[in-house]
Amino acid sequence: MIIIAERINGMFTNVKQAIADKDKKVIQELAKKQTEAGATYLDVNVGTAAADQAGAMQWLVETIQETCSTPLSLDSQKTAVIEAGLKVINAENGVILNSTPLNKKTDDEIFDKYMAMANQAGPKASIIVLTMDKNGVPQDVDTRVAIAADAISKAMEKGFDTQRLFIDPIILPVKVPNAQVQPGNILAAMDQIRYLSEPAPHMTIGLSNLSQGATERSLINRVFLAMAISRGLDSAIVDVLDEKLMSVLATAEMLMNKQIYSDSFLKVYASMNE
Amino acid sequence: MPVPEIAESFTGSVNRVTLGTTKEHGGTRTSTVTVGGARNMVYGGSPDDAGEKPVVAMDVLDTRPDDWPDALIEPYRNVLDSPGDWAKKCVQEFGAELICVKFEGIHPDKGNKDAAHAVKVTEELLKAVGVPLVLWSCGYDEKDNQVMPKVSGAAKGESCLIGTVTEDNYKSLTAIALADGHFLITEAPLDINIAKQVNILASDMGFPLERIVTFQSTGALGYGIEYAYSIQERQRQAALAGDKMMAMPAICDVGYESWRAKEAKLANAPGWGDVADRGPMWEAATATCLLQAGVDIIRMRHPRAVAAVKNFINEVWQKK
Repeated sequence: MIIIAERINGMFTNVKQAIADKDKKVIQELAKKQTEAGATYLDVNVGTAAADQAGAMQWLVETIQETCSTPLSLDSQKTAVIEAGLKVINAENGVILNSTPLNKKTDDEIFDKYMAMANQAGPKASIIVLTMDKNGVPQDVDTRVAIAADAISKAMEKGFDTQRLFIDPIILPVKVPNAQVQPGNILAAMDQIRYLSEPAPHMTIGLSNLSQGATERSLINRVFLAMAISRGLDSAIVDVLDEKLMSVLATAEMLMNKQIYSDSFLKVYASMNE
Repeated sequence: MPVPEIAESFTGSVNRVTLGTTKEHGGTRTSTVTVGGARNMVYGGSPDDAGEKPVVAMDVLDTRPDDWPDALIEPYRNVLDSPGDWAKKCVQEFGAELICVKFEGIHPDKGNKDAAHAVKVTEELLKAVGVPLVLWSCGYDEKDNQVMPKVSGAAKGESCLIGTVTEDNYKSLTAIALADGHFLITEAPLDINIAKQVNILASDMGFPLERIVTFQSTGALGYGIEYAYSIQERQRQAALAGDKMMAMPAICDVGYESWRAKEAKLANAPGWGDVADRGPMWEAATATCLLQAGVDIIRMRHPRAVAAVKNFINEVWQKK
């Protein structure tokens, strides 16, 4: 499982404060803790606090890489912010550009731009592609699959290795009127997306978004994670510091025969992702 | 029709292990042996992915074997009472790259010899040959726990491969092998889940995973080789997928298992061909089969089988 750890995000108050105060310690501590807990990538999101988001992104990337070699996922809705992060990053072990829709009303070629950016960043740079286009986030199964298929064929046309793509079918909060059909739709979409290329494209989700505003957040997150892993999910943006969630992740992977069972399977899971 | 591209790229690889410490590094070995390093399945990918050539470890017993068939006795007739001469013959005449001494004689049912005997044999072998040694216990836990730590000490600093440790009996030998600078063999009874668990247990004691070689148990041709084959294959796949608890090189015991088969040793068997040929053929067939599943070190006994297998290895693993 490719685990993208979500805690370095300006939406959290301690990170927001650290960015404002340029307090490296808080960020470096989070990088270390999340790496030890099994993170494959560390997500880096400046949030909305900083006036200079590009500058904040660069400061975060440099701060993390001073003490930690875990590859990063540069998370922003703004291309310029991701570009700023790429300027200062060491992408030798990989980097994820998180994320882009297939196209936008204002920019029909946005995905092509991201592929060019990834190629410039290095052969191990990947992209998260949202199943979203100029018409916004689709609510149904078929449109999600169609957008994913378009993204994959576009990548193939450009000679961009589909193993460097992460398809994100976009998970919405379950506690929104009429949204309860969405988790089921996402699972159904994943069932089809995994057959769009051989080998299957990576699929990822921003898991915590599912339980936004709900009670029993951790429970909701981990149950859905297990369900999605059974449909071929091989990556997720999660709270790696949630031990119960990580146990479910390890168990689901073992049950899907992705890891060989041993009596200590829970204990060794984190160390195997180092 | 174009040939489809089926090359797979894997994230993991089999650990590389170098056995033996030479004089420059404080040991007394005149050669070292490096195995492992594969980044693909056997025959898969490019030759660069094949890693190091597998090697043959020839068996020497600490005491004269009393149940070996004539065909196996024959090549060693004059040296069976002297492990040192026996080992020398294997290295000088048959090209053994490793010597595996099996301490059969310490087993309570097979001589019940003491630790002093085992230490003496170990010292004799270290003097007789310059190749790295594999030091293999008798399989009777209580006796192994008395004797093998002493054997380990007698070869301290020589980077031997010592074992075996199992899920139920791993603590004392793991600790002493670590202290004496050896490599460790973890054993499982043709059970991939236990194999992984033993590696975890040894690792929990601080034994570096990069110094472990796995022994999954071996079945000979006609006697469960398919189980051994699929487990070796599964181990390799797990290693390539990045499972660090399964990324060790593998050793198998082809000599002992092949010569237990009645097809290998039954003299009075009309229609089966000459018994002098059958045993070596059985052993060579078992070995080449397991090599294709992905084993790195093969314990063998008959020189003709060894020659055939070394020939096979040299054909398949062409040095780049």
